Amino acid sequence: MKENKRPTFFQVYKSSFLTSLPILIGVLLFSFTTLRNAYSKKDSLAKHPVHSVMPDADNAGLNLPKGFGALLVAEKLGPTRHIAVAPNGDIFLKLADVEAGVGIKVLHDEEGKGKPKLSQSFGDYGGTGMAIKNGYLYASSNTDIYRYRLDENYRVLDIKSPEHIVTGLIERGEHESKSIALDNDGNIYVNIGAYSNSCQVKDREKGSPAMDPCPILDSAGGIWKFKADVLNQTYKNGVHYAKGIRNTVGLDWNTQTNSLFVMQHGRDQLHDLFPNLYSYKESAELPAEEMFQISEGKSYGWPYCYYDEFQNKKVLAPEYGGDGKKVGRCANAENPVIAFPGHMAPNGLLFYKGNMFPSRYKNGAFVAFHGSWNRAPEPQKGYFVVFVPFENGKPSGKWEIFADNFAGVNLVKSPGQAKHRPCGLAEGPDGSLYVTDDHEGSVYRIVYTGKI
Amino acid sequence: MKIPSLFLSLFFIFSILSGAMAQTKTEKSKSKAPALDGKKLYNEICLGCHQEDGGGVPGMNPPLIQTSYVLGDKAELIKVILKGLSGKVNIKGKYYSNIMASQAYLKDEQIAAILTYVRSNFGNKASAVTVEEVKKARAEK
Repeated sequence: MKENKRPTFFQVYKSSFLTSLPILIGVLLFSFTTLRNAYSKKDSLAKHPVHSVMPDADNAGLNLPKGFGALLVAEKLGPTRHIAVAPNGDIFLKLADVEAGVGIKVLHDEEGKGKPKLSQSFGDYGGTGMAIKNGYLYASSNTDIYRYRLDENYRVLDIKSPEHIVTGLIERGEHESKSIALDNDGNIYVNIGAYSNSCQVKDREKGSPAMDPCPILDSAGGIWKFKADVLNQTYKNGVHYAKGIRNTVGLDWNTQTNSLFVMQHGRDQLHDLFPNLYSYKESAELPAEEMFQISEGKSYGWPYCYYDEFQNKKVLAPEYGGDGKKVGRCANAENPVIAFPGHMAPNGLLFYKGNMFPSRYKNGAFVAFHGSWNRAPEPQKGYFVVFVPFENGKPSGKWEIFADNFAGVNLVKSPGQAKHRPCGLAEGPDGSLYVTDDHEGSVYRIVYTGKI
Repeated sequence: MKIPSLFLSLFFIFSILSGAMAQTKTEKSKSKAPALDGKKLYNEICLGCHQEDGGGVPGMNPPLIQTSYVLGDKAELIKVILKGLSGKVNIKGKYYSNIMASQAYLKDEQIAAILTYVRSNFGNKASAVTVEEVKKARAEK
């Protein structure tokens, strides 16, 4: 009789099997298609699968939020400014100054352990800009923009002969770095920093009047837009995309809003130049470092106005009759989308598009603050990477310190004390966040492991 | 009379001697470092850029620590204060690009005090800068 026969494993668990089988099939199908999609990109993961890397035991010396870790990717590379990471994980670095005839270094990770080696080095010009777009590596000196064709393995085909995209940008020793960003419509945007602190007749000289209107603005102190694939463009071929921005080192194209965002370095020396109007403390905090969302053709205030993050408004600069409170012509000035404490020197901006970090980080902004000098005699600030959550293309919360302790000391009084100073930001193909340090030449890779 | 003339001559000799001594004293104080507080002036005028430890700012504002500018020719150093300094400056193989504005509005005594302070701090051991040296450099402008 049936009751006496021992039931089979299958018979006992029949209902469970029947329920779980479709789920199991679904999971298998999903995994298969996801993996297949991931590996179908011929020029990336199929050839050079991204290995998940382990953070260093000491997180490369960085302080990070719970669940995050960091690796020291490489060090002592020279003054590494901006960085681009190719879909195969290769790292491209622009050096501020040429070292041994080289201004661009490329790192390639053959073993997949996150510790790449130098593969190509070239470009005998210093500079800041570095970007990869449509099979090209874009690089900028302090006057020109170049691009190098990359092969399917992201190696530069001809290191000796880049294409000359833009030439003749003004350079007068101050705010000279020509950071770049590219949109998805064939355009390249470049910062041309004002060669002046506050547009005085004699730069930074106490008592020297300001120029009104400021003549620097016609060819500097703003963002210019060029075609990314046309050779030998000069000012006259470009579009004066944004005006009245003192100096931008960190900028990024936001693909959600389809607009350019820039981080301005605000003016210095309010107390030095106007000791009767600003105390040391006020001068250390003011003006705010501003993040702007750019609308083509608009003016963002420099030198006439600066943003006071305590009054939450743009006020008139003292050179133009301001006294810390007067608004005057700044009544209709463009405001930042978010303001940060003064003088922290934002050198990198990146909108995060990856999936490695928890979802709250998606479409938010990372900002690398190089660290202040003009807060003295107050303590310096910055020397960290912050995160600004975004929603619907706007900051949705306060900024938060994300990666800290680049300086290696708790309190920086003099910038020379800082061991590392964050400069450039890039996202890797797996969603890692890369940070460069232009003081000691370290490159960091921040990963999310979920381990708390 | 004898006593008055003796007295007179003694008085004469004494006054000449003390006059001479006084003159020497004045000369000495002229070439001594002035009584202004060089550190206080450095903190007010120079610290903002050159920082509390004289280390400057990498790439931007030069350090004052045992550099040829600070330890070298005093007239040249004074002229940096009076005229400012522009263009990329190379110090021990590193470059500094920020402009230094002229501080010519400072008095001779203030410049002498600041430079004396700088030349005897931040690891520097060099002679004081005198008010006369500043006057002379300013005149040479």
